[in-house]
Amino acid sequence: MMTQRLPLIVLGTAVAGTAVVLAQQPTPPPQPQQPPSVGMVLTGEGGSQTRLAVPELIALSNDRETQDAARVISEVLWDDLNYEREFYLIPRDTYKTLPAAASMDGLAYDRWRELGADGVVMGAVQRSATGIRVELRLYSIRARQSFYGREYTGSVANPRLYAHTFADELHLSQRNLRGVAKTKLTFSSDRNREPVVATVEKRDVKEVYVADYDGAGPRRITINRTLNVFTNWSPDGRAIAYTSYRSGVPDILISNIYAGTLESPTKGQGQNWLPVFSPDGTRIAFNSNRDGNPEIYIINRDGSDLRRLTNHPEIDSTPTWSPSGTQIAFASGRSGSPQVYVVGLDGTGLRRISQESWADRPTWSPAPYNEIAYAARTGPGFDIKILNIASGETRQITFGEGTNESPAWSPNGRHLAFMSSRAGRSQIFTVDRDGRNIRQVTREGNNWTPNWSQ
Amino acid sequence: MKRDSKSLFVLAVLLTVVMAACKGKAKPPVARPMPPPGATVVDPPPPAPPSPPQPVSEPVPVPAMPTDDLAGRNIDDLNRDSPLQPLFYGLDSADVDAAGQQVLQANAAVLKKYPGMQITIEGHCDERGTAEYNLALGERRALAAKNYLVSLGIPADRVKTVSYGKEFPFDPGHDDAAWAKNRRAHFVITAK
Repeated sequence: MMTQRLPLIVLGTAVAGTAVVLAQQPTPPPQPQQPPSVGMVLTGEGGSQTRLAVPELIALSNDRETQDAARVISEVLWDDLNYEREFYLIPRDTYKTLPAAASMDGLAYDRWRELGADGVVMGAVQRSATGIRVELRLYSIRARQSFYGREYTGSVANPRLYAHTFADELHLSQRNLRGVAKTKLTFSSDRNREPVVATVEKRDVKEVYVADYDGAGPRRITINRTLNVFTNWSPDGRAIAYTSYRSGVPDILISNIYAGTLESPTKGQGQNWLPVFSPDGTRIAFNSNRDGNPEIYIINRDGSDLRRLTNHPEIDSTPTWSPSGTQIAFASGRSGSPQVYVVGLDGTGLRRISQESWADRPTWSPAPYNEIAYAARTGPGFDIKILNIASGETRQITFGEGTNESPAWSPNGRHLAFMSSRAGRSQIFTVDRDGRNIRQVTREGNNWTPNWSQ
Repeated sequence: MKRDSKSLFVLAVLLTVVMAACKGKAKPPVARPMPPPGATVVDPPPPAPPSPPQPVSEPVPVPAMPTDDLAGRNIDDLNRDSPLQPLFYGLDSADVDAAGQQVLQANAAVLKKYPGMQITIEGHCDERGTAEYNLALGERRALAAKNYLVSLGIPADRVKTVSYGKEFPFDPGHDDAAWAKNRRAHFVITAK
């Protein structure tokens, strides 16, 4: 392998205007080549699930930051690799007592074999002139050699990013899987507890936040001191579209989160809400009352080529794009209670696809899964259901613990983020597409309407 | 009274005795010199009676009677105790029922009385719909109320609408009573 060592981009905290800028670290110095590895795929013994261990990284420098980084990277890496369920992660407690290796060459293969490990991810952290240097390697216990290795340099400020980066690269290399460790969630939160200005009733603002997929490192994106809701990532992950009441009525804003600039694609025409980027990022589907009733429209991101997609006196709402960008699914009250419909982008081929007492807020999965997740009324509240479009079969993945709404797919289609009241008023959770692996990812204030970056 | 009549009797006897004595002596009158002009009377004035209590008072300010009974109130006060009443909706419905029509007729009368009044109708929903769908439902509720007001002769440009979905419940409860209060059109006065 002759690829360059990867410079890591670490998030900063600068605040500018109404948007928080996530600044980039300066580019690190030129990199040596990546360490050699045999490029083999690690498997479990006898076809069983591959068992991995992630002991604490070796701190090659004695300072506190390096030692903290060594611990954090191993913990986050364990979580990241566990999250996709491609590997069985041996519980850390099991090998706590194993003597730590002094160097990358000192792996005690026999001891790890006794623990039943097929692979061990070993790593080392060392101080460098500009930050830290992190080496991570996957060793095969049976083959007694490294199957995969990466080296990184960057800031010591966010050690989690090294773990996220290696987890995604390891999943790609070993399982041809696009992991989500480096993806982010955006959502609305009232955690700042600021009141909306100029209203008689006491009303809390909701501002837009982003955080890692596991909820770590939350950062505020808007400072509009009003409602900012229904966030949606641009496919390139550099912008978030949302519904803001900044002008007093709902309208669509786009925050370029690394540049700290705002766009208003609808140019203040009518009231507009629920923006959703097309898969190629050039267009936005949204709701508007500009013709006197909530209908679905499509507009180019630059505000040109406005088109109306629906035309019905009942509510048409919550558009979502098909992965190819040729169809839109949406919720409509045209048959009584809300149900999910699909229509071609040219307005043809309208058909109803849900048969619930109430089905709302559809969201189309990424390829290769051809599924639509939605909120279905199952009692006093909602649960998340998933409809396979080809077979017409549905499956339920939450079961009446509080209300469960606003599903949003991960970019690899293996997970969903959603809002649930099961842990209080409103928090963000993630769950696998089979309903397992439910995790709470927000805890501060109340949090709503998640959306997952690509 | 007995004592008074006795004293009157004593007084009468004394007078008779004095008159009899005068008759007997009959002195000539003595001329007294006139005081020179400009001379002051030397007799000391009788002691002044104690002065009565000094009346203390000041005028009580009286607010001017307004020509318009909204003129003295700012917009926030007006909205805290609004002359415009909210109306309520059924579950997943934006229909204005008979009770709602009465509310809107009363509100239209207020709007006709104060032709300068501008309002925003906020459409709100209970928590049972999703946040996303409720934004559209709240919009339809606000629009339905506006359209009814316009049908009663209120100019459309005096009435704006905005939907807050289920973002700002009036009653934070989680029961039928709370939900019924939260499915509402709330009238906010923006100019008077």
